[in-house]
Amino acid sequence: MSGTFVGMPAFPKAAHEAVNNPTLRGNLRHATHTIRAKRATAVAELTDWAALREAGKRIKDHTLRHLDRYLEQLEASVTAAGGIVHWASDADEANRIVAGLVKATGESEVVKVKSMATQEIGLNEALEAEGIRAYETDLAELIVQLGKDRPSHILVPAIHRNRGEIRDIFEHEMSEWGRPAPDGLTDTPAELAEAARLHLREKFLRAKVGISGANFMVAETGTLVVVESEGNGRMCLTLPETLISVVGIEKIVPAWRDLEVFLQTLPRSSTAERMNPYTSTWTGTTDGDGPRTFHLVLLDNGRTDTLADEVGRQALRCIRCSACLNVCPVYERAGGHAYGSVYPGPIGAILSPQLRGTASEIDASLPYASSLCGACYEVCPVAIDIPEVLVHLRERVVEGGPVTREGNKVVLQPAKGHAAERAAMRAARWAFTRPGALRTGQRLASRTRRLHPRTLPGPGKAWSGSRDLPPVPAEPFRDWWQRTQGGKGGAK
Amino acid sequence: MSSRERILGRVRRALADVPQDDTPYEQAVSRDYVREHGERSVAQTVDLLAENLADYRAIVHRCTAAELAAVIGRLLAERGSKTVLVPAGPNEEWLGGTDAERVPDRAESTPHELDQVESVVTGCAVAVAETGTIVLDGGPDQGRRRITLVPDHHICVVRVPEQVVSSVPQALERLDPVRPLTWISGPSATSDIELDRVEGVHGPRTLEVVLVSG
Repeated sequence: MSGTFVGMPAFPKAAHEAVNNPTLRGNLRHATHTIRAKRATAVAELTDWAALREAGKRIKDHTLRHLDRYLEQLEASVTAAGGIVHWASDADEANRIVAGLVKATGESEVVKVKSMATQEIGLNEALEAEGIRAYETDLAELIVQLGKDRPSHILVPAIHRNRGEIRDIFEHEMSEWGRPAPDGLTDTPAELAEAARLHLREKFLRAKVGISGANFMVAETGTLVVVESEGNGRMCLTLPETLISVVGIEKIVPAWRDLEVFLQTLPRSSTAERMNPYTSTWTGTTDGDGPRTFHLVLLDNGRTDTLADEVGRQALRCIRCSACLNVCPVYERAGGHAYGSVYPGPIGAILSPQLRGTASEIDASLPYASSLCGACYEVCPVAIDIPEVLVHLRERVVEGGPVTREGNKVVLQPAKGHAAERAAMRAARWAFTRPGALRTGQRLASRTRRLHPRTLPGPGKAWSGSRDLPPVPAEPFRDWWQRTQGGKGGAK
Repeated sequence: MSSRERILGRVRRALADVPQDDTPYEQAVSRDYVREHGERSVAQTVDLLAENLADYRAIVHRCTAAELAAVIGRLLAERGSKTVLVPAGPNEEWLGGTDAERVPDRAESTPHELDQVESVVTGCAVAVAETGTIVLDGGPDQGRRRITLVPDHHICVVRVPEQVVSSVPQALERLDPVRPLTWISGPSATSDIELDRVEGVHGPRTLEVVLVSG
């Protein structure tokens, strides 16, 4: 994934800063609460939401279970429609392919549609190193790029910025990149949108190469779909002579008809609209309309490793709507940056450790960045059981075991940091399988209960820092049960 | 080994648990959702389209075929447009009521030239009532995708009721995936500032939809 995230501290440490930043917390609270209520209304309009959700889940599951076949079908149909298909095992290979394609056009700048896949592989930085400047054209991506910032939300990467901060970024930074912000720019959203329109228009009109991702790829027809709001997507997809789309291999759906499910569930889940302002679909190239050359770069970058995990693979159903971020109590307080990945929030907590593995401090901590409340699963339009995968990944971090990395089966060692937890669990297992020892231990604990500390010593200190230790009762349950014959007659 | 072979190999190894006789697509996908939401007469479906278009800030007009040229003429005049982009299809029936200079949709026009044109008039392939969406498929009365993108004012003619469907599933049935499609629901907008919707970014900031009957 993107080099910008290398060396991230573990989630609790990264989140600590965010939680103590009142502006950030205010911005996040305002934005997530606004969208939460609207989403609920948009979803309630469709009486068959549960059936659409189930259909979306099944379409994606079926596709993933036969991904090899659908990838080959997609390749054939895109090629037949005049597109050129490339395959990239990892981020470096994808970046090399794209840089090579841009260079072959003789151009040194490109315009970009917002794309999670290109964020994930750090394409902009890779192009910069090759002397190619990539202009982000989505408003929020523009705010992030101008502010030399990192994205903190899937749909609205600049969600951590309020209108006043956006105004300041535009005023100070736009002139570095092209047309400066208009004089006397205020912080009204309409004026900020107008400033972005003016700033980017000259770039759209002269662009020769566009780079996009895609929300869906239809195997049967070779059609790609981009769902957007501002029209920057349409600009990048239709004005340039060359279009390069970098798309994760899990974005396939089998048939044209399958779009009838996702074009209903995606807009309502993400921006809470009946339909987003613009959706573009294209199949290869069209004579006299739009780019003359179309390249599709199919990206693996950890997706096949994720696919190899029978529990974890459901994360690949994700359609990047970001509904799970907007309802998550942890995301609302910690913000997106703490997740150390372009995929923040609940989906990021299960996607990043699978795409990247759990070797780094941040990735090993992500499965714990949740209270397991389940709100994310509730709103997910493809019914990803995020809590189930979180628990599964916690087990993998603590216990280790077989996983697939870069296509190879390897055995993961148990994580070091969890030695105390494992020792405690081993002791518990020993005691629970020996009733006599358990009874003695419990009686001892009851008799000494006045001497128990309020916080744990040693490695347990951090755990009890934010939790009360449960009080030990005066009499163990099993003694009480025997004495009262199971509480018969209301005995105390 | 090529990356293609490497990725396909990884996929196949990852799916070792999937049986040869796994449930085929037709049975694996449940389609218990409805084809349209609610029961409506044809006239009610057209009303719903008008309502949902307006809800997302498109400006809706209704007229008969005989009045169309006069309505388009009036909308262009009110806007003060001196130039209007026109795809190959529309004729005097649509444009007889305006003296704005007609700029034809040509392959050789540059984006900068299109940027000088004030308005564009097109038809559409289908309109979706439940979502307030018009879909363009590049047909003769719609032209290239870029002509409805660069000018700031788009007038779109929808023939009612024949071009109107209730729902997204019904719209997809009518459309040809081979053609480049643009689904438009209101003028360009963004939710990128504090997750609140603001109209008017890169696409046409004014979308006027004329529902023509008869």
